[in-house]
Amino acid sequence: MNVKALILWLLLAAPLWAQGFAGLGGGAEGFATPSPGTVLEFPADHGPHPDFRIEWWYLTANLRGADGRDYGVQWTLFRTALAPGEAEGWQSPQLWMGHAALTTPERHFVAERLARGGVGQAGAQAAPFEVWVDEWRMAGPDVSEIALTANGADFGYDLNLSADGPLIPQGAGGYSVKSAGGQASHYYSQPFYRVAGTLHLPEGSVSVSGQGWLDREWSSQPLEATQEGWDWISLHLDEGAKLMGFQLRQSDGTTYTSGTWIGADGRAEPFGDGALRMTPVERAAVAGRDLPVGWRVELPGRGLDVTLRALNPESWMDTLFPYWEGPVRVGGSHPGRGYLEMTGY
Amino acid sequence: MLLEARDIEKSYGTGAGAVRVLSGVSFRAAAGESVALTGESGSGKSTLLHLCAGLDRPDAGEIRIDGQALGALDDRGRAALRRDRIGLVFQQFNLIPSLPVAANLSFQARLAGRQDAAWCAALAERLGLEGLLRRYPEQLSGGQQQRVAIGRALAARPRLILADEPTGNLDEATGDAVLALMLELVSETGAGLVMVTHSARLAARLDRRLHLSGGRIA
Amino acid sequence: MRRATLSAMLSHWLRHPLQLGSLLLGLALATALWSGVQAINAEARASYARAAQMLGQDRFAQLVPRDGQRFDQSVFVALRRAGWQVSPVLEGALQTDGQQLRVLGLDPLSAPAGSAPQTVTGRGDLPGFLTPPGQGYAAPQTVRALAGQPGLPRLIASDDVLPGLLITDIGIAQGLLEASGQVSRLILAPEQPRRRAPLAAIAPGLTQRPPQARADIAALTDSFHLNLTAFGLLSFAVGLFIVHGAIGLAFEQRRPMFRTLRALGVPLRSLIGLLMAEVLILALIAGLAGVALGYGIAAALLPDVAATLRGLYGAALPGTLSLRPAWWAGGLGIAVIGAGAAAGQSLWRLAHLPPLAPAQPRAWARASARGLWRQGAAALGLGLAAFGLAVFGSGLVAGFALLGALLLAAALALPGILALGLGVAERAAKGVLAQWFWADTRQQLPGLSLALMALLLALAANIGVGTMVSSFRLTFLGWLDQRLVAELYVTARDEEEAARLRQWLAPRVEAVLPVWSIEAPVAGAPAQIYGVADHATYRDHWPLLDALPGVWDRLAAGEAVLINEQMARRAGLGPGDALTLPGANGALIVAGVYSDYGNPHGEALLGQGLFTTLYPQAPRLRHALRLPPEEAPALARALVREFGLPAGNIRDQAAIKAVSVQVFDRTFTVTAALNVLTLGVAGLAMLTSLLTLAGMRLPQLAPVWALGLTRAHLARLELLRALMLAALTMVLAVPVGLLLAWALLAVVNVAAFGWRLPMFTFPADWLRLGALALLAGGLAALWPALRLARMAPADLLKVFAHER
Repeated sequence: MNVKALILWLLLAAPLWAQGFAGLGGGAEGFATPSPGTVLEFPADHGPHPDFRIEWWYLTANLRGADGRDYGVQWTLFRTALAPGEAEGWQSPQLWMGHAALTTPERHFVAERLARGGVGQAGAQAAPFEVWVDEWRMAGPDVSEIALTANGADFGYDLNLSADGPLIPQGAGGYSVKSAGGQASHYYSQPFYRVAGTLHLPEGSVSVSGQGWLDREWSSQPLEATQEGWDWISLHLDEGAKLMGFQLRQSDGTTYTSGTWIGADGRAEPFGDGALRMTPVERAAVAGRDLPVGWRVELPGRGLDVTLRALNPESWMDTLFPYWEGPVRVGGSHPGRGYLEMTGY
Repeated sequence: MLLEARDIEKSYGTGAGAVRVLSGVSFRAAAGESVALTGESGSGKSTLLHLCAGLDRPDAGEIRIDGQALGALDDRGRAALRRDRIGLVFQQFNLIPSLPVAANLSFQARLAGRQDAAWCAALAERLGLEGLLRRYPEQLSGGQQQRVAIGRALAARPRLILADEPTGNLDEATGDAVLALMLELVSETGAGLVMVTHSARLAARLDRRLHLSGGRIA
Repeated sequence: MRRATLSAMLSHWLRHPLQLGSLLLGLALATALWSGVQAINAEARASYARAAQMLGQDRFAQLVPRDGQRFDQSVFVALRRAGWQVSPVLEGALQTDGQQLRVLGLDPLSAPAGSAPQTVTGRGDLPGFLTPPGQGYAAPQTVRALAGQPGLPRLIASDDVLPGLLITDIGIAQGLLEASGQVSRLILAPEQPRRRAPLAAIAPGLTQRPPQARADIAALTDSFHLNLTAFGLLSFAVGLFIVHGAIGLAFEQRRPMFRTLRALGVPLRSLIGLLMAEVLILALIAGLAGVALGYGIAAALLPDVAATLRGLYGAALPGTLSLRPAWWAGGLGIAVIGAGAAAGQSLWRLAHLPPLAPAQPRAWARASARGLWRQGAAALGLGLAAFGLAVFGSGLVAGFALLGALLLAAALALPGILALGLGVAERAAKGVLAQWFWADTRQQLPGLSLALMALLLALAANIGVGTMVSSFRLTFLGWLDQRLVAELYVTARDEEEAARLRQWLAPRVEAVLPVWSIEAPVAGAPAQIYGVADHATYRDHWPLLDALPGVWDRLAAGEAVLINEQMARRAGLGPGDALTLPGANGALIVAGVYSDYGNPHGEALLGQGLFTTLYPQAPRLRHALRLPPEEAPALARALVREFGLPAGNIRDQAAIKAVSVQVFDRTFTVTAALNVLTLGVAGLAMLTSLLTLAGMRLPQLAPVWALGLTRAHLARLELLRALMLAALTMVLAVPVGLLLAWALLAVVNVAAFGWRLPMFTFPADWLRLGALALLAGGLAALWPALRLARMAPADLLKVFAHER
């Protein structure tokens, strides 16, 4: 069975990814839409929002091993709904897709899982906090204290994460605008994880520690039809501050940018369109495509002018719907490390 | 009378395309008599001979052999008549290719149930065929083949020999020799002979000559 | 000039419409038989491919319930959450209005690629597939049959789905089958994560079944196809002989004309070019007709084939035929190649004919001793080659080469052998007519030899394939008799039930024999190991091919093992050899080898005591029951009543045998139909040969007629001649057919399937076939004979006419 074609169709039909989707800029067929006045409520909002079309739990971690080498880890669970709401058993309209990756300077391991809601194979709940597909789990008593595990055919990891900072609402109190036309999502992050655990590689296990970043986002139509893809970054700066930023590339060549400066004390300062500048400085041929794997990122309002270099330019997510996602090293005015995601290339 | 033909008519084909070959032919041949039938090509000589042999039926008229009317005989009866009383010699010899000379020579006699080994041997000797008995027809010359055919016709001691241009496929010298041999043997057995020929020279060597023209005896 | 030449050449056909007809008919029939058999084979294979795709999950390892019952889908979720990449499948029968529908429910998200037909879900309306009422993919005829039935998902026609099957989402299937939350089995994806919990800890009720690249029964269906393919080969050979004869005759008869045309200044090159064009056109016309005819044959026979395969495979095959472009191309190609091969010799001769060579009207028909010797030498050479292949060759290609060499040798040897026999008869003949009869027959032989060769091949193929199929049937049924001695076979759902079952059965039957097995590698290949009780059931019936003395005592004592023929051949083991089983401390003695037809895998038999010692973990669920056969049905009913066992867990020996017999008898129907057809074609070859010979033979018959035989007498002799030739050919066909059967059973079958079938002969069948051969020969000779009997004297007299 051609599951790939199926899922491709499905994902094209669902406006999660910007690439090539068309004709869905209109009504959301009964789905809830994000509204600016919504106040995030915890722990309820850690759980799923089945009335919204799409949602994700997106965790990245920059790690250093006992062997002195740098590593990156990604753990993502996407939820997509065929129809709003939830139902029992196979009749559930909720579909789940998990992505796990482990990046070393030389290699990039990827695994993917698909599941239907309703029968227990995959799901999410707010309290006690648990998000899972198959044996992959992100769970803890609470979001601030979680265990993370995932496996592929030739890799796996078991990590413990604990947050030493607050949750950060993105945009205006968690209402993140994605276009000049007003498309938006609900979006908050936990960028303050300390991470420790074990990576399982073909050549053996290695203990690691480092920093982690969780993004939570849900929406029903986050992008404009004219938006072709995005470049998204999450940076842990050595001085203790964090930076989240993204630019949405539009078909006329212009971009829509947004960013949040998060101080070491947990205070967040959002920046609207145009404040953040992202410029490719190095390109590489990856998976038969031409991708910018080095970026210059400027945020004049904070005196930031840094260069991002991929730890491993081959951090290609060869999943049903492929994209680039991997750890980066940050140099320049504010050294540090972080994660870069690029879609639509 | 050995052979008696009266008012014989014969056409080939039907309707507008019908060709009238014989229109009221009558003649007789007695035992021991030799008769030459001459005429132009297509004058009906061969047809008349075939009718006399009972190979085909006339449209009208009657043929009697030894007083036996052929018209009264069915297929089987006419076959028996040919077997028992008639010897046929053809221009193209018409030996049986699958049988050796000896078997060809004795074929009709054995068919008629009258094989006479001494007579066959004598015939073979008279016809100069002693050294050729084991050969097959295709291994013989034309003159040799016709001598076998004459031997075959005589082996059953028929009452009547019907010969259709027996020398027509032979050169003149060979033809003359073969004809001489045939006439000699026929007269020895006392049989009657009717021979179709277009050659006046050959016809002159027979007792009597009948000329066919326009479907009638001239 | 070309036009004038062409019209001269074509005028021949106008004057000999019968010859033209026989040429076209011969080519068309050869093509028809070939393409018909190919069509049946191709259609069956295409359906197999579909069946394999439909049953595609067999290509994956699976987790199946030990008790054969459906289980809760929470087991599926538990396995997924323990790291097992499995996908649920729910299967079941749904009684709809008028027909039984097999429902297959899948989960498209977790199913591994390749586990369901391509078109089913490749079309992509996933939400529609998953969301009630869902979508059901089914064969077009099934969709038609189900139209308007309430309660079904939206039906979508798909050519990739077998008739009688409905593929739908597992959630929809659970609703249709009223099996909410239930699953039949789990497909195991080929790629699994590196860490998984042990299966026994998560799902103790499931057991892993390895991928079944080929179902056991597939070996039988392959054999069936091989049978058909051999038939295609033979029928084509028969057809080729007809074409060769017809074309050769047409060339030979026109030789004087070719001579005249060349004398009049037509260049050889353009003459040959025109003749090649003529052959090509004739071949294309006949080829088209032949393919259409072959399609008809296939369409007529296919329902039987479908039924056979349904019986063999348990999966429905569409009973209709789709016309594939490949057949047209293949059929036309075969016709052109066949005609070309047949015309090649004639063209070659024409090219080497001096312009003024004497016309030899009888050259074609005249026996050439040298030609016979050459054919005989070629036959001898091919016979030696066949012998060499039989002794030294190995593999399927060598097997088919052996078949080809054997057939060609027999065909080429036929005229020589017949000529010898006729010569002897001629010398022995007393009467003048008898002598002439034999001599004349011998002379006719070259003209008839091609038709007789075709008849020989048809008869030999008949005997050979018939012997093979019958031997196969007898052997297989005998094997069934031996292996399925017990009257009932019953499988418990779990160990506890098995124990209760044994207790309950003990007073009710003569014996309860455990049939416990485990799968384990033996001698480096996967094999099934069985533990059997020491009982007369085995001692008296087990089909041992070779054994040490006291084999059953040794087995019961736990010191020996029995293996099947497949394992013996594969591992090169025989009685007396040592074999170490997995888990055993020391080696056991191979005490015997038994036949095990139709099973591609290795098998080993142990005494029950040793088996339970070595493999205590093996499930102890299956039992063979001995009881008076007439009590079996009542006991089967009682088992269902007392234990609620599903019908599939109780196997009635009589039922299994009945199904097997049915399957083979259907196979017979197809082969018998093809047999009759091939024979009919051979009869037609004789008819056309006799008809064309009839005209040429007049100069040989007319003198005999003139010398005192009636036409009716001659006609009777002609008929007798054909019957005699057919009878002689039949006599010669028997040894050829037996050799053919031997090659099929002992060489081709071994090469293809790894086991040899014993050969059984069926003389009664030969008598029937002999009668058929006489009928074919007689019918073929009847028309020419009647024509001779009724021929106008004037036509015979033409032979004597001066102007000839």
